[in-house]
Amino acid sequence: MAIPVTQCIIKLHEEHHNLEDYQGGVPRWCSGCGDNAILAAVQRLCRDEDLAPERTVFVSGIGCSSRFPHYMKTYGFHGIHGRAFPIAEGVKMARPDLSVFVNTGDGDCCSIGAAHWIHAIRYNMNMTVILHDNHVYGLTKKQASPTSPMGMKSNTTPRGAVLEALNPLTVTLGVQNVSFVAQGVDWIPDLLYDIIAKAYRHRGFSFVRIIQRCPEFLPKMFEPWLHDPGKTLLLTHANGLTPSAETSRIYKNQREHDPLDIHKAREIASGEDPIPVGILYQNPEVPCYEEVRGAGQPRTAEHIRAGLEAEFDKVTIWPEEGRTQPRAA
Amino acid sequence: MTEAALVDRPATPGPGAGKRATILTEHIVEVISDSGEGAQRCGQSLGAIAARSGNGIWTVEIIPAEIQPPARSVAGASGIRIRIGATRVTNGGDETDLAIAFNEQVLIGRVRAGELKPGATILLESTWREHKDPTIVASYTETVASLQETGYKVYEIPLERECRALMTDARRGKNMFVLGMLCSIYSLDMQLARDQVARIFGKKDAKVIATNVRLLEAGFAWGEANLDFKYAIPAERSQTPQIVVNGNTAIALGVLASGMDICAMYPITPATSASHYLSECFERVGGLVHQAEDEIAACAFAIGASYAGRCAVTITSGPGYSLKQEGLGLAVMAEIPLVVVNVQRGGPSTGQPTKVEQGDLLTTVFGSHGDAPKVVLAVADIEDCFYTMITARKIAETFNMVVVVLSDASLATAQQPFPRPQFSEDWLAPPLDQSPVPAGAKPYDWDPVTGIARRFVPGQPGGMHTLTGLAHDTMSKVAYDPTINEQGLRMRSLKLTTLQKTLRTPPVHGDPEGDLLVVGWGSTKGAIEEAVDRARAQGLKVSSLHLRFIQPMPSGIGAIMKRFGKVMTVEGNWSDRRDDELVDEENRRYSALAMMLRSRYLVDVDCWSEARGQPIKPGEVLKVMQAKLAEGR
Repeated sequence: MAIPVTQCIIKLHEEHHNLEDYQGGVPRWCSGCGDNAILAAVQRLCRDEDLAPERTVFVSGIGCSSRFPHYMKTYGFHGIHGRAFPIAEGVKMARPDLSVFVNTGDGDCCSIGAAHWIHAIRYNMNMTVILHDNHVYGLTKKQASPTSPMGMKSNTTPRGAVLEALNPLTVTLGVQNVSFVAQGVDWIPDLLYDIIAKAYRHRGFSFVRIIQRCPEFLPKMFEPWLHDPGKTLLLTHANGLTPSAETSRIYKNQREHDPLDIHKAREIASGEDPIPVGILYQNPEVPCYEEVRGAGQPRTAEHIRAGLEAEFDKVTIWPEEGRTQPRAA
Repeated sequence: MTEAALVDRPATPGPGAGKRATILTEHIVEVISDSGEGAQRCGQSLGAIAARSGNGIWTVEIIPAEIQPPARSVAGASGIRIRIGATRVTNGGDETDLAIAFNEQVLIGRVRAGELKPGATILLESTWREHKDPTIVASYTETVASLQETGYKVYEIPLERECRALMTDARRGKNMFVLGMLCSIYSLDMQLARDQVARIFGKKDAKVIATNVRLLEAGFAWGEANLDFKYAIPAERSQTPQIVVNGNTAIALGVLASGMDICAMYPITPATSASHYLSECFERVGGLVHQAEDEIAACAFAIGASYAGRCAVTITSGPGYSLKQEGLGLAVMAEIPLVVVNVQRGGPSTGQPTKVEQGDLLTTVFGSHGDAPKVVLAVADIEDCFYTMITARKIAETFNMVVVVLSDASLATAQQPFPRPQFSEDWLAPPLDQSPVPAGAKPYDWDPVTGIARRFVPGQPGGMHTLTGLAHDTMSKVAYDPTINEQGLRMRSLKLTTLQKTLRTPPVHGDPEGDLLVVGWGSTKGAIEEAVDRARAQGLKVSSLHLRFIQPMPSGIGAIMKRFGKVMTVEGNWSDRRDDELVDEENRRYSALAMMLRSRYLVDVDCWSEARGQPIKPGEVLKVMQAKLAEGR
């Protein structure tokens, strides 16, 4: 049977790395959990970008989403709650040659790790960040998170959450040095892939918030959006997403948005219904901290020795020094 | 000390005419001022000049907690004590022999704290006698009268008047005038002093140096002409090059020498000056200081860098150390090499940020939840600060462990000369291993005897695994199996055991057996050993033992203790006072090291400690030893 040329090219490509090269075990997330969709998109991205598994590091904190690195066949660092960002920053500073990803949840990023999140945006280190936002603490069994909508009932808010939800997009867009902000939803896998691919290719801190379902604790939360495509606002642009004809047939509520326009990005980010999906902001000119700091320069023993001897020279008392007679004061 | 300095000066009119220098073996001098008047720079310079003359020196800084505390206040006293000796000096000594104060208020606190020797010489700025505010005049005259009554020898010095003749803002010039005066008092070589002034103002223009040299020379001339006393502390110059730095600088130099690339830190007193120094010199040799957004991030950043193959250090003090606990537990669990420096200050909580305390030993050994074995090293002097950093990096990378180096606020700013280190390539970290991992190798392939496993670093083909803070098996897979959990705990603990087998028994200072053994750790070494020497000179059978490795403890310590009739620790931390009404042997809380020695060796180790925020004095330790020896007789 004849194989089309395109298939051949794909096959050649897959001889470098195929999906199995990135699949590190059977995920133990609940069935229907949005994390599965994100994992599939990311594994596909790794294959398509032909990332060397040994030069790729997934860093996470604690929570359902932070199990992510365990399901990748790359290097992974499943850290502690809220601290994925500074760990990933240390990795990137020490080894700018590595591709670094961060997987974090709404509790991990927006609550316990909020301080690190703000500063990570400002450092703008070259890494791809995926905020798995299901609006609830899952691993600890249904407590309200900072992104839980007001009125949401949970084990810590039995009469409904009393505070306005935190909006991760507007927060991120409010921090100096922000360079990439996008939003996806777990139930539109093609767009999810396109968004994550855009994020990966951006040089800088690429922040992708993914609104995802938690079938265990919030099974009905996103039903209205699933049933009504009009409740999704698709952001399109030559420099952003260019959805396929098929996607456009379903998601007709579209708006052309230039990702360089931060003011419009902030306005769009403020809207929660319809949910904006696409690239809200991208500025490729923002300098990366690791480059500004000159990370990754080779150091030799001679280099270190010369530096050390120069420092010693400043504070050395030599035996022959100071033999001069005191002069008349 | 050069011969010329001891020759009589040409006759000058005034009380100074024809005086000869009294020869001393050591002297303790203090310079105290309001914050911002430069007493510390004056004292550091005096120490440097004396060190360059061959004298042993030890400096102790007196630092107020605020940057600009109110002028003329007891709490605002900012200054420095310099102990100058004919031979090597290992600690700040006992009480001050000679104090120079820029106003009477800053002096009062030192007198009240008992820091001045009875009958000590006081040189006091006299401008306050003619101040337009009568309350200041009254305070000044009353203080002078009371000091004289107490037996101090008070000289009133017109610093302001003399300096104003040389510069418009006399307040900014007094310290160099005083430095010149001190060079006269201690018969120090003025050329060394001029060189020192050029060194400290080296970054400024020649005019600034010239003005300060004029002030220095004026102070010298004033001292020569007007003071009726003069000292000389003759010393032999060292035949090998020496470097003079404080403890924090020595730590920074040690970081540089260890081959570590990254220091992640957050500003905290009294640790930050180590990072300041590194920021200056580290980047020129490809290193980097990252000022993180908080202490937790600094720790996590260092862990990330270490994980990626570049062993990193994070430098902090007590409150910051508390914040890092969870991160340290992660590094222990995942077996990531990490060096942590804790420059201890007074605690708990914010405590006494600028004051010395040895209060963090137990939190360092036992800190972080669960069983989190870490290596704990305590530095004992300035030279130790340098070499310990090299040792710490090596242990961290050999054993994939967290190594905590304990220093303190006293060593942070204390200066003491030590032989200029001879660079060795062995100090440096090995090159990053990016070789392929053999098929079948496991990320936690623990050696069943030593507990050590080879670590796979990102970039190594075939080594891909996900490291986790969860309990894990040899494949780094999350495991809740009871035997696997115990296997991990055993292996991490065994690494301490293995390290312990490589350690040498520390030497006993004094005879190997006797009536009393004093055990110490950290910055108290010099004071304890000096006290032992004094006691032995009195015929007392006292020795001391100083521990650099606290976790693990080297073998042989138990055997040493058993050769002494009594054993006690001397520590700069809190222990219950036995004369408090409710304190008895059932509830008495011992000092940290005493508690550890008692539990490990089942020896009745007593303790004496103080937490006054001041370095422990050798004279105090001597009294403690005498009292302990007299106990039960």
